[in-house]
Parts: sequence; C-alpha cells; structure tokens
Amino acid sequence: MAHVVIPPIRRLLTRWGIHPDSHKFPAAGLDIVDAGLPPLLVLPLSQQAGAPARAVVKVGDHVLRGQLVAEAVGHVSAHVHASTSGTVLAIGDAPMPHPSGLPGQGITLRPDGLDRWAPREVEPYPINLAPEEIARRVAAAGVVGMGGAAFPAAVKLALGQRSGIHTVILNGSECEPYLSCDDRLMQECAGDIIEGARLLLRATGAQHLLVGIEDNKPDAIDAMKVAAHPYPEISVVRIPSRYPMGAERQLIHTLLGVEPPAGGRAADVGVVVHNVGTAAAVWRALRHGEALTERVITVAGGAVAAPRNMRVRVGTPLSWLVERAGGLTREPARLVVGGPMMGVAVPDLDVPVGKGASGVLALTAAEVGEREPSACIRCGSCVVACPVGLMPLEMANRINAGELGQAEDIGLRDCLTCGACGYVCPSRIPLVQYFAHARGELMARERERKRLDEVRELTEARAARHEREAREKAEMHARRKAERAAAQAAEAAAKAAATQEESA
Amino acid sequence: MEQMITAVMSLAAIGSGLGVVLGVAARRFAVEGDSRVEEIVAMLPAANCGQCGFPGCEGAAQAIVEGEASPTCCPPGGKVVALAIAGHLGITLGDDDMEEAPKIAVIEDAICIGCTKCYRLCPSDAIVGAMKQLHGVFAEACTGCNQCAEKCPTGAITMQELPATAGTWVMPKPPMAA
Amino acid sequence: MNSPVQASPHALSRRTSGHIMALVMAALVPATLAGFWQFGWPAFCLWAVTVLSCVLAEALCLQWSGRRVAPVLSDGSAALTGWLLAMSLPPWAPWWIGVLGGFISIVIAKQVFGGLGCNVFNPAMVGRTVLLVSFPVHMTQWVSPQVLAQGTDLAQAIAIGLNGGIPDALTSASLLGHVKTELGRGLPLVDAMHGFLPEQSMLGLRAGSLGETSALLIGAGGLFLVFKRVIGLRIPIGFLAGLCIPAAIAHAAAPQAFLPATTHLLSGGALLCAFFIATDYVTSPSAPFGQWIFALGAGLLTWLIRTWGGYPEGVGFAILLMNAATPLLDLWARPRIFGRRIGGKPLDARRAREVTR
Repeated sequence: MAHVVIPPIRRLLTRWGIHPDSHKFPAAGLDIVDAGLPPLLVLPLSQQAGAPARAVVKVGDHVLRGQLVAEAVGHVSAHVHASTSGTVLAIGDAPMPHPSGLPGQGITLRPDGLDRWAPREVEPYPINLAPEEIARRVAAAGVVGMGGAAFPAAVKLALGQRSGIHTVILNGSECEPYLSCDDRLMQECAGDIIEGARLLLRATGAQHLLVGIEDNKPDAIDAMKVAAHPYPEISVVRIPSRYPMGAERQLIHTLLGVEPPAGGRAADVGVVVHNVGTAAAVWRALRHGEALTERVITVAGGAVAAPRNMRVRVGTPLSWLVERAGGLTREPARLVVGGPMMGVAVPDLDVPVGKGASGVLALTAAEVGEREPSACIRCGSCVVACPVGLMPLEMANRINAGELGQAEDIGLRDCLTCGACGYVCPSRIPLVQYFAHARGELMARERERKRLDEVRELTEARAARHEREAREKAEMHARRKAERAAAQAAEAAAKAAATQEESA
Repeated sequence: MEQMITAVMSLAAIGSGLGVVLGVAARRFAVEGDSRVEEIVAMLPAANCGQCGFPGCEGAAQAIVEGEASPTCCPPGGKVVALAIAGHLGITLGDDDMEEAPKIAVIEDAICIGCTKCYRLCPSDAIVGAMKQLHGVFAEACTGCNQCAEKCPTGAITMQELPATAGTWVMPKPPMAA
Repeated sequence: MNSPVQASPHALSRRTSGHIMALVMAALVPATLAGFWQFGWPAFCLWAVTVLSCVLAEALCLQWSGRRVAPVLSDGSAALTGWLLAMSLPPWAPWWIGVLGGFISIVIAKQVFGGLGCNVFNPAMVGRTVLLVSFPVHMTQWVSPQVLAQGTDLAQAIAIGLNGGIPDALTSASLLGHVKTELGRGLPLVDAMHGFLPEQSMLGLRAGSLGETSALLIGAGGLFLVFKRVIGLRIPIGFLAGLCIPAAIAHAAAPQAFLPATTHLLSGGALLCAFFIATDYVTSPSAPFGQWIFALGAGLLTWLIRTWGGYPEGVGFAILLMNAATPLLDLWARPRIFGRRIGGKPLDARRAREVTR
C-alpha cells in the first residue's frame, strides 16, 4: 500500500464548505444488523439515475430472490431484481420517495418468507475476468452508485474504458451528517470493498486506486488500511472532514489537486469515482453472482428510539425500518430518505427505500430548525460556503425576479444543490428550493418548447398536405373537365361527320 | 456677453449637427412595414385556432406588436411562447400572467360515436381514429386549441389539465420572505 | 398531496440574523461604555435618543407599508443602525440631531429602498453625512474629555440635550479638524500636532465621537467579531491598508505636510469604520475579490478626502462612494466557478489530465 497524504497547502487553501453537527453517533458505534423481511416490498422502477426500468414479470408471478423483474431501458438505466422470493401482487403506481410526494411505478411483492435465491453464477477468481465481462456482469446485477445519486455503475465503467482512466477513487468520505452506513461497511466489510475496488481497477484499466476517507472516521481508515495492505496500487487517504467533501469533483480536487472542467465528466481528466458501497456490491455480484438486492442504511434522527445501521432489502418500506429501530419516540417534524443535506423529504412512512438510499431519518422540530424566512441581509455566508464558488444570494434574487436566464448565466447549472448555502443562511432563505425550482422550470420550458416545435411541424405539414390535396383536386377537376370537353367535342365532331355522311 | 454668444453658438452648432445626423438616419434606415409581425408569427403555434380572439395567428401577431394584445393571449402556446415573445419585444411579464396550466383534449370513450369530425378538424393531426371507431388524442401533439371540442356532436371531448407526474413535476417557487 | 414542499437541506445552522446583530452590538458595548464614562450623561442620553428614534422610525415605516412589525424589529438591525450613528455623532450634540439623524438613516437610507437588505448606502453613514453637511456647526463641536473631572448629572445632561450648545470652555477640536485648520494656516505639522499624543488616542483621552475616542476598545470589539466569524478579515485589513499605506508613503516623502500613518489609523472613525461600518453586510460586496477592491478603495478615498478634501474626516464620504460601487463589484468581481476560468469558460480537460498523470 502506497502512502498518500493531502498536501497541507491544499488543506489551507480549501475555503469552501461547512462543518455541520455530525450526529453520527450512536449509530456509527454499533454494528450492522439485518432488518429482516417486511410483510410487503415495493420495488421502484425508477430507483436509478436515467430512464425507469420496464417490468418483465406479470401480476401473480412467483419470483425468486435475485430474479430479474424489470429490465433497463436505454443506455443509462439499470436492471431491478426481486429482493426476496415471493409473489408479485401489483405493478403500477405506488408511493415513492420523491420530493413532490407523487406516486411512481413500482412492483409490489409479497415475500413468501423462504427467501430462496435464483440460480447464482459463482466465480472463484473474478479478477481473472476480462474488463468487458466485469462490466457486463455488473450491469446484469443491477448495481448502481450507492452514495445517493444511484448512477448505474456499469455505465460508469463503460465510460471509463472509452476515455482512458488512470485513477479510480473510492469515495468513503460520507460527509452528510447522521449517516454512518459507509463508515460501518468499511469497518466490517473492508475486504469486500478492497476486492471490489480491484475489480473496478481491472474493469477500467486504471493503474491507481485512492480511497478517500474523512478524518472523523479513524476506525474505518484503520480497517481499510489493513485490508489494502497487500496491494501496492491501492492507497487509503485521510481527507479533511467538511461538507460536501463527498461531491465527486470536490473529492477529486482534494485528492489529486485537479479541477475537473465544468460541464464535463470526471472521466475527462482520467478519473472515475465510485462509492465504497458500490465496490462491495460489485464484489458480491461477481464473486457470488448476487444481484443487488440489499444495502446498508442508517436509520437515525432525534425521533428514532434506537438509531442503527441495518442491512435492508431494496423496496422495504420506511415504516418497517423505523419499527426495527425501536419505533418513534415522538412525532417527527420531517421524514427524510437520504442525508439531511441532500435527502428527500417524504410525506409518510409508506414509501420504500431504493438502491440509492443511504439513510432514513426521522427528524424532530428542533433538529430541522425554525424556518420562517426573513429578508436577505447579504451577509455572504452562502458565498463562503458554496463549494463551487457561486453567489447563491444573487442567483436566488434573480430567480425571485423571474430572470431564470440570468441566474443560469451566473452559474445555476454548476450548482450541486448540496445545500451548504441553505444550511448557513441566517435569514433561513430556502436557497436550494429556489435553485431546484429554477432548474425544473427551465427543463419544463425546454420540454414544452420542443413539443411545440414538433406540433408546429405537424401543423405545417398538415396545412401543406391540405394545400396539395386541394391543388390535386383542382387539377383533377380541370383535367376531367378538359377530358369531358374533348369528349364532347369529339362526339360533336362525330355527330357532325355523321350528319354530313347522312346528308351526303 | 461674449460668453453668452459662445454658449448660444456652440449649442446651436451641436443641435443642428445632431439634427442632420438624425434626419439622414431616418431616411437611410427607414423600415418598410413591421418585420416584427412576421417574427412573432413564426413563434406562434400556427394552429389558427382563434382562441385569442384575433383572425388567425397573423392577426394575433399584429395585435401583440401593436400592443393591443398581451403576449400571453395564446393559450395553445402557453408560457413558453409568451416568454419568447415577451423577450423578443422587450416586454416584462408578471408572475401571475400565466396562472393557467396548459390543457389538452380528452375524449370520453363512452360518448364518442366515431364521426371523424374532430379528426378532420385537428390542425396538428393530434387525433387518431377512423370512421365508426373510437378516437384517441395523441397528448404530445395536442395544443389544446379547443376546435375539436366545439365541433364534437356528442360533447365527448373536454379540455383537461395534464395530470402532474413525478417526471414532469417542478419544485414550486418559495413564497416571498416577510 | 397538499402538504407544503419540504425542500432540502433538512438541517440548519443555529445562527440567525438576530444573533448576528446581537453579536455586533455586544462588540460595541465596551467602546460605548468607555465613551459614556468619558463624556458623561449627555453622551448616554444622545445615544439612547438616537437608538430609540431609529427603532421608532423603523416601526412606523413597517406599519405604514403594511408589513409585520414585531418579527422584523426583533432582528435588531434598526437598533444597530442607531447605535452606529450615535457612535459617530459628537457626544454632546443636541438631541434633535440624534432624532433627525435616526429618521434620515432609517426612512431615507433604508426603508425607501425597500427595507433591510435592499439599501444601497450604509444607513448610519447616510444619516451622519446628511447631518454633517446640513449642520456643520453642531456636528463639529466636540467636547473635551476633561469634562469628566467636573462631572455632569442627569439634569444638566437633559438641559444640554434640549438646548444644545456646549460652553466654550469645554469645546475642543478633534485631532483631524485641528490639524486641517493649522495646516490651512500654513503652520508646519509638528506644531499642529503639538499636544496630541498617540497614547491618548489609544485610551480615548481626547475629543471626538464615541466611536473614535477609544481606538483600543473599538479594535478589540472588531477582533471579537472576527473571532466569532461574524465578519471576515478582508474588509478591515483592506480598509486599513488602503488608508495607511498611502499615508505612510506620503509622510515619508514629506513629513511636514502629511500626517503619519499611525495618526490616520488611530484618529477619526478609521477603526470604527474598518470593523463596523465598512463590514456592513448589506452595503459591501459579498465575494472575496470585490471585498478587497471595496475595502482598499474606501481606505484610499478616506485618506484622499482627509488630506485634500474640505472636511477633516472623510470616512463617511468614502464609504458612501464605495457603497455606490458595490452592486457593480458584486456583478463583476464574482468568484471563479469551480471547474471554470474566471470568464466562465470551462477549464481545459487535457491540461488537467496531464497534471494528474
């Protein structure tokens, strides 16, 4: 294991970010427990970034654990597998973790309690597989990024193969407060993560692997260092704790000192970033042939009786998880799927967790904080906190005035929606909501504009067709008329000839 | 006295100089007709539905350019067209000007008799179907121009708002601070 | 689903606008108390009248414009404006000066622009400058701190506040005013400076406003704010550098004509301005580079006005001038966006790639 340290000067020059209260304990100090099988599972069809998957089972079908139930559609998508054996009860709208609270497509599964696996393809030495074969099997197992964005892992591997990756970064920063699932995973399954990381190295053809872990997780760093010891190409690096250290570009900058260009991918600078959980899932998928059917989730928050990290089947409803964590001690002010900074607030406990959910939080009113917004005092805290160097107050001002184009000019597209600005704002201005609104609105307008253009083309085509039809009709009419006239003339001529003959 | 004469003379010189420049410019860069009307016509959906109350899209464009109609007068175009026109003409639109969500035609299956009247009327070919068969609306192509609903003999066509889905949902704008 | 959207983040820092204002006021307390101790009851009465009239003006404006009064008043911004204004007035000025200044600050400089966060110019400095230009006599009558020995009770203080006018025996020129007059008469600087010692400035044993007498306590309050991360160091350092560097150069070149940098630093409202006025969030740029330009510009303008301008003290004018430039600085001096050049174009991927190899 090579020894890599962040240069102190880079630490000093890094000014962005915030240091929120971590709230990681007590969950971070307790081992991972199995959450067990809930009475009903809902497998969301849209739990990955990109296009929703398409169901390939019918209502009433009996499925086995790890069996494909919905297949990827298009280039950026991922397969969905049954997370236990059971019967498909319904396919259709179900409550989903989405900020709107609107339902989405899902497959409802009633477990039979036997938890029987579908046939698995065991591979004793997956490191000997060809890179393309690794990517194929990762795609077949439906592995997505486990850090929250849920970008299909196989798509990232394919991208990497094309653009000449030299370094793979494993993201073990886990900068969100409350969450400790990656921390626990690194402590308990460091070997799986390192083996999975080596597979990622092989699949991308990179030479180096850096594991970035925030310095508030010393136990995880130690465990990972021990596991990485035999491999000279892998380095475990302590990185400073600050939010959002786990953002892809910020992590690359911290570890390597380069800024990936805006508007491009990390692969453009020869780097690809995967979450530590993804590496573990890749290992399980290749070594044991297990599709991604479970993940580790932190169940925490002030309203939860016994916060804990749990191994959870994909599709488990929140109510089951909260119950397994000792239930609620008081009425939560907010239920959040994900971390408190970027997670999604959900209306009730019926929604299921997907592959990308790293936490389930039941936050009390005191934790959520007083949110009555007041006037902006232009204190500039948001400018200091922004990891991308934006001026959130100026952007929010423009969005408030309806000048979405101007907001875009000063960097709306570069916003990570990490929430650092909203966290520090002393006036409690919902800055992230402004940006989410503006982006959604711009996207909706773009969609609508495209649709109108298409409709316009249809309308014009129809008008042209009508014109052509009318012209053809007129021509036909004219031709008929001419024909008839000619026929009449001929008839008349014939008649005339006949009369002449008669008279002759 | 001398100062006064200097001042008057210089002002007169500046004034006449600028006057000449303006006069020449007015002659040289005179515009025949209003090109803006054509540009606005190109932005409108060209459905000629008449919901704006003007004769066809060209009439509406004329009225918008002359300031008689608001850029928001076109229901099929909706917010996107209104914003594009407003941007082109340098008009600012209020937030409340476009409250109404766009609507599309929906055919009630039970009442439709398959007369093809709507099918023949639709300016954007958004209705599919044949004689004596149930008609359907292709939502992506419908501009909500309301012509089919007016002509439907059984009243099977109604204009309805598109239901919000997680895919098309937009985070609402935060309320104003106190 | 009719419940309101709960947007992320789902956690908030504990610091609110009200906390920030309270911290700033706390930082002003020592210097203010020292001022009361030196100038006696009249100073206290003037301070109280000014603060109260600011709060009252804010309440009236909010009431009149139909906004909720209590939550907005409770953030303390109006009281802070009044406090800063009072710190910059002659301590024995008549009360109507404070009342008028307070109303000008809040109504004309703040609420007319739309209230907190919308004003272009620093309200306290607008108030002070309007008073200075309109009532030059009242605004330049400084009381000498020896008064302390003679003592004034509350009744006397009220009489002074209502009637105005300081007995001639007690008036004294401020350092900058005195030097300006003497230099204007053609006297060399050494003679003009006679009787003014830097130690006096440090401890505050000299004529001046509440905010200028005790440089030590003002500086300590400012450092407290920096320590509490209420203000950054850029604006104070930039302002003092913009003031002291040209002063030091000029003094080195012509010691007879230009005041030394230490005198500039310790006299007038330089420190008050550097830590409390120039750092006003609303009227200063929010981006780092803009803050440097703003602060250096304000410091330089202060020195220019003090040296060549018609008024002995130029802090107020300098701040107002740079306030006017703030919206432009915020527009032009935006921070570089991560992964982009300063102009906004994305970085070159190939070069970044070579670095990582």
